Amino acid sequence: MFETADQIFVLLKHWLVGLLPMALQPVAGVVVSVAAIVCFFPALFALTTVFERKGLGRIQNRIGPNRTGPFGILQPVADGIKSLTKEDIVPLSADGAVHFLAPLVLVVTVFMGFAVLPMGRNMVLADMDAGLLFYFAIGASTELSVFMAGWSSRNKYSLMGAMRAVAQMISYEVALLLSSVAVVMISGSLSLTKIVEAQNHYSYGLPHWYIFTPWGLAGFVMYAIATTAETNRSPFDLPEGESELVAGYHTEYSGFKFALFFLGEYLAMFSISGLGTTLFLGGWSAPFSFLTWVPSWFWFFSKLMMSIFVFIWLRGTLPRLRQDQLMNFAWKFVLPMCLLNLLVAGLWRFMGDGWLRWVICSAILVAAYVGLGWEEMRRMHIGARSYRYAE
Amino acid sequence: MLGEGILKGLAETAKNFAGSFVSAERMTTVQYPEERIAPVEAARVFPFLVYDGADWEAGMRCVACQICEKECPPKCIYIEKSKDKKPDALGKPQFYPAKFDIDVSVCMSCQICVEVCPFEAIKMDNEFELATDDRFGGLLQDRKQLAKSNEYYHTIHPTEAAEVDARLAAEKTKAAADAAAKAARPPAQAATPAPAQKPAGGGE
Repeated sequence: MFETADQIFVLLKHWLVGLLPMALQPVAGVVVSVAAIVCFFPALFALTTVFERKGLGRIQNRIGPNRTGPFGILQPVADGIKSLTKEDIVPLSADGAVHFLAPLVLVVTVFMGFAVLPMGRNMVLADMDAGLLFYFAIGASTELSVFMAGWSSRNKYSLMGAMRAVAQMISYEVALLLSSVAVVMISGSLSLTKIVEAQNHYSYGLPHWYIFTPWGLAGFVMYAIATTAETNRSPFDLPEGESELVAGYHTEYSGFKFALFFLGEYLAMFSISGLGTTLFLGGWSAPFSFLTWVPSWFWFFSKLMMSIFVFIWLRGTLPRLRQDQLMNFAWKFVLPMCLLNLLVAGLWRFMGDGWLRWVICSAILVAAYVGLGWEEMRRMHIGARSYRYAE
Repeated sequence: MLGEGILKGLAETAKNFAGSFVSAERMTTVQYPEERIAPVEAARVFPFLVYDGADWEAGMRCVACQICEKECPPKCIYIEKSKDKKPDALGKPQFYPAKFDIDVSVCMSCQICVEVCPFEAIKMDNEFELATDDRFGGLLQDRKQLAKSNEYYHTIHPTEAAEVDARLAAEKTKAAADAAAKAARPPAQAATPAPAQKPAGGGE
């Protein structure tokens, strides 16, 4: 019974594929899985947009959208109809082909990332041995699409937004990779299913998720910072800072192409949260050993939605950074911490079991965090703002 | 320490988020078309013309002096003076506006017309739902649409209207006293306009 609930989607797929002749089955299996991903995540995106708007409203003591349908739940439908019926404007001087391709490249590459994410026990589209490598290789192409959009629009705001986006994404890509490498070092595998399996053990009823180790926690924090920057979410939303750049790289996009950018951005958020869940939060494994009867996909998606909630919470809290603050933070704080974390992960691996490695690893990381943080903040003048006027 | 401020901020927003579900005082939103809050007394949106009595045309205080038309910064008032005269509140024959139009879309609610009016004839209304589906005619209000009774003025701005009424009553008694004084003096000098004014002043 529990087994069936856990494997319900896998069984459903096998039943569907079984209806077809033998020769078609391998292709049909892939098509069914792809269709499931392509249908499910945009639906989740639609829900997330309305929950985000309502959540941000609550954070600011507002109600949020509540006019379309009960509790405003039909808002994404209205938004969808609006963006579909809007005129699709391409600037006269824009590079038409690239302008057209940019949103497609974004959405397609983001969708490809979902292929290697294990969303439940046996629920992975392509169980690659180098799944993590594939994910980052594909994930890096989103930068290309952002730059395509900014360059082809032939608009100064678009171009500046794209420049910022590329600078930011490349800087944080380094931190993203390095924080994930620690996980690879410990689990000894690039396969995401193997990484989840490695965390799917329990002692005293508690799971062996990597976040519950010193290097895992530090890695997770760095990963979370890097993903926020990588998905251009607030407080790292400089590429589309509306108070400075109109809308950044998608200034010249309207109608459904704009909606595609929006979709791509949220899908990237889902997929990168899914990867973070897989790497640090035990993927589809249950948080307590007595809860293992709950379907694995439920845990994966609850963790995913929790991450999304944190993204929304951060967006509702933090103001946007300045470009130099962003770069300083990436290269002077996140990157050294990530490199140190690699060292700590190595120490952890070779010190063997026991309490000593907990103490030493935690001490190194805390000391580095406090020291680097102090160094970062030393030159900042925190206090009342002073103004200088021209004389 | 680094990150301290972020945690403080996150705690604050979490408090807001959770609090908005619990306490009603946090949610200050008034869902406008269904819910409304009574306008504050000093609210002002768009001018209207005050009239006394029941008949708006007869009781209109405006004497078409055109001061408001000249003073209006965005020039949204258009007045045409009448050819004939009609008696005003004091019974004195006065011109009246044959045409008095104000353009809603041009008016900037500055209240300067009210400040300059010597006859307490134009006042500010607090009616703000002036939207119309007619861009031109609908937004241009003529004197009939602008005319509103003194009682209405009392309901929207009671304090101010009471002051205005007191001032007008004082003027009226002063005018009556002047007229009476003039009437007592005729033996000394029989001025030509005096007979015309006397019955009007005392007729009240």
